[in-house]
Amino acid sequence: MSIATDNRRLFVRLAVVAAAMFGFGYALVPFYYQICAAWGVNSLGEVPAKPVNTQIDRSRTVTIELDSNAHGLPWRFRPLVRHIDVHPGELTTVEYEVVNERNEPVTAQAVPSYGPALAAAYFNKLECFCFTQQTLAPGETRRLPVLFVVDPRLPKDVNSIALSYTFFELTARGAKG
Amino acid sequence: MSAIVDSHGHAHDHGHGHDHHDHHGGYGGIMRWVTTTNHKDIGTMYLWFAGLMFFIGGMMAIVIRLELFQPGLQFVNPDFYNQLVTSHGLIMIFGAIMPAFVGFANWQIPMMIGAPDMAFARLNNWSFWLLPFAATLLVMAYFMPGGAPGTGWTLYSPLTVQQGIGMDFTIFAVHILGMSSILGSINIITTILNMRAPGMTMMRLPLFVWTWLITAYLLVAAMPVLAGAVTMTLTDRHFGTTFFNAAGGGDPVLYQHIFWFFGHPEVYIIALPAFGVVSQVIPAFSRKPLFGYASMVYATSAIAILSFIVWAHHMYTVGMPVTGQLFFMYATTLIAVPTGVKVFNWVATMWKGSLSFETPMLFALGFLFLFTLGGFTGLVLSLVPIDIQLHDTYYVVAHFHYVMVAGAMFSAFAGIYFWLPKWTGKMYNETLGQWHFWLTLIFFNVIFFVQHFLGMAGMPRRIPDYPLMFQTWNEVSSLGAFGFALAQLIFLYNLFTTLKSGQPALQKQWEGADSIDWTHLPTPAPYHTFETPPVLK
Repeated sequence: MSIATDNRRLFVRLAVVAAAMFGFGYALVPFYYQICAAWGVNSLGEVPAKPVNTQIDRSRTVTIELDSNAHGLPWRFRPLVRHIDVHPGELTTVEYEVVNERNEPVTAQAVPSYGPALAAAYFNKLECFCFTQQTLAPGETRRLPVLFVVDPRLPKDVNSIALSYTFFELTARGAKG
Repeated sequence: MSAIVDSHGHAHDHGHGHDHHDHHGGYGGIMRWVTTTNHKDIGTMYLWFAGLMFFIGGMMAIVIRLELFQPGLQFVNPDFYNQLVTSHGLIMIFGAIMPAFVGFANWQIPMMIGAPDMAFARLNNWSFWLLPFAATLLVMAYFMPGGAPGTGWTLYSPLTVQQGIGMDFTIFAVHILGMSSILGSINIITTILNMRAPGMTMMRLPLFVWTWLITAYLLVAAMPVLAGAVTMTLTDRHFGTTFFNAAGGGDPVLYQHIFWFFGHPEVYIIALPAFGVVSQVIPAFSRKPLFGYASMVYATSAIAILSFIVWAHHMYTVGMPVTGQLFFMYATTLIAVPTGVKVFNWVATMWKGSLSFETPMLFALGFLFLFTLGGFTGLVLSLVPIDIQLHDTYYVVAHFHYVMVAGAMFSAFAGIYFWLPKWTGKMYNETLGQWHFWLTLIFFNVIFFVQHFLGMAGMPRRIPDYPLMFQTWNEVSSLGAFGFALAQLIFLYNLFTTLKSGQPALQKQWEGADSIDWTHLPTPAPYHTFETPPVLK
């Protein structure tokens, strides 16, 4: 066998190695993602875990008493539950139900009050039907939510808060005025 | 060279009796160089090309140092500054250092192993002639809209996707340079494995040949990976792939991994042939055989193998798991062991040797001293907690210039002064050579030693402006750069006067040199050597 044949054979082998290494560069791409997945790094594109509220004081329980009044209005207005136990710092949703029993539309505004009154400063409402005027068509039934958080700084001796809403009619006053 | 051209077509009398010496294939003038398949011609072209690129890259460095002489912006705008930094790196690595050592390989490997030429002479011609086209593409990028890429030589994504058309020129230049390197490496491996003279066993090879054999394997394995990385960049830019584009599900950090998988072996592709040159020079001027020849071979192989599993130490700060950082840190510090073996072997070679200090030896000793310093700062940078502080500061710049300039370039100068008498038959001016060495050594340290201080103080690299507190050391460094550049003119003068009117050199110019190019060949080395294999005892 001549040197030229030997040389050519070695050339082909080394060229195959070079070509394979070019492919290896591309093989690093899936390899990289596998390594990242195995080691739990590079979570690009993954759905992040749900945010967790870490501010809940589970050592305390406060009872929220729900009350409702319709000031001279022909509205049936009541909370869906009478009372609910919550932890300070916990986001809670409660619902009221209101029915307009008059045969014409009525607009009214709810006003909250608290017992004890000092609890008002620690009762943080994120969403409340009392923030806006409510207009109900004749005979309409509506569910009204309240989202609230009781501030963990609520004084220790307060174990129960009464939340009371009263609806005041706005249409009648406007009509009379 | 005209003398050789004139002698075309008739037999000459260079000591070894053959009768076919129609050596230039019938061409004269420029076509002789375009069509030549002679390893010595091609080696010469590689060296001239490297020299030209060395001065072009050097001028870019001078502009960089000029801009950094004072805080604020004086001469160039930041965009152009970044382009200079990028081109300086690419040109010095791929245009100057690598071709210089391929030039040495072309000249020396056939003469050291007793082969008549390289295994694939015509392929050898093509490997070289790819280079000027690549260099042209690199420089042409400056004249494109948007200019040359300003990404740094590492061509990191996502910057590469945001560059103008100059980026595509650079990508194709890298492709061509890679092809040239791979073909050249295949040629070198085949030559060393198949073309040795009878009796030239593997463990008798001069160490320069060994280091090149291992380097060539590194090139064949690493360069295609770089080609893959820039091809992915190219398709990301123009063909809608998103390898590195996070918006399409890709990852820029992936680019860094692929690049440095090539990039770290590349460091040893540059360093190993330099080790080889020094391993020829130090024994010659110590008049002793190389200490621990076999351990040198094994150490070189160990460095080459380790170089493939340490790449992520260039990117400790991208956010990798601590396990990964620890692995790459331990693997990196492990490289100090075979490198230490080499350094101690060189020192042991000199121990009780009959030393003399001509220019090649001075450059080899300069290499030994400065490369060891660069190795120490490399060890510092290999440690994760320190690297996170020093990453992308001038400390890194100082470190890699100690191993690139003081490592590869000092060794290249050692090689040129060492072999020039054999190649040309003319002796350089020793006094000028020594002046060149001492000025280069001093100014090199003036430039780069102070950059350690700048890096420790937190000056970031690749930025044309800096706070006032960094000014003093930057002034010192810039002055050093100007002195360094002037010192290289001494080399140019010495080179040209030697070629024109140097004193005749002896057959064995260095009495301690014992490889067969010195012992079996006349000076200057004839155009064709070892057409019949030498008789080796």
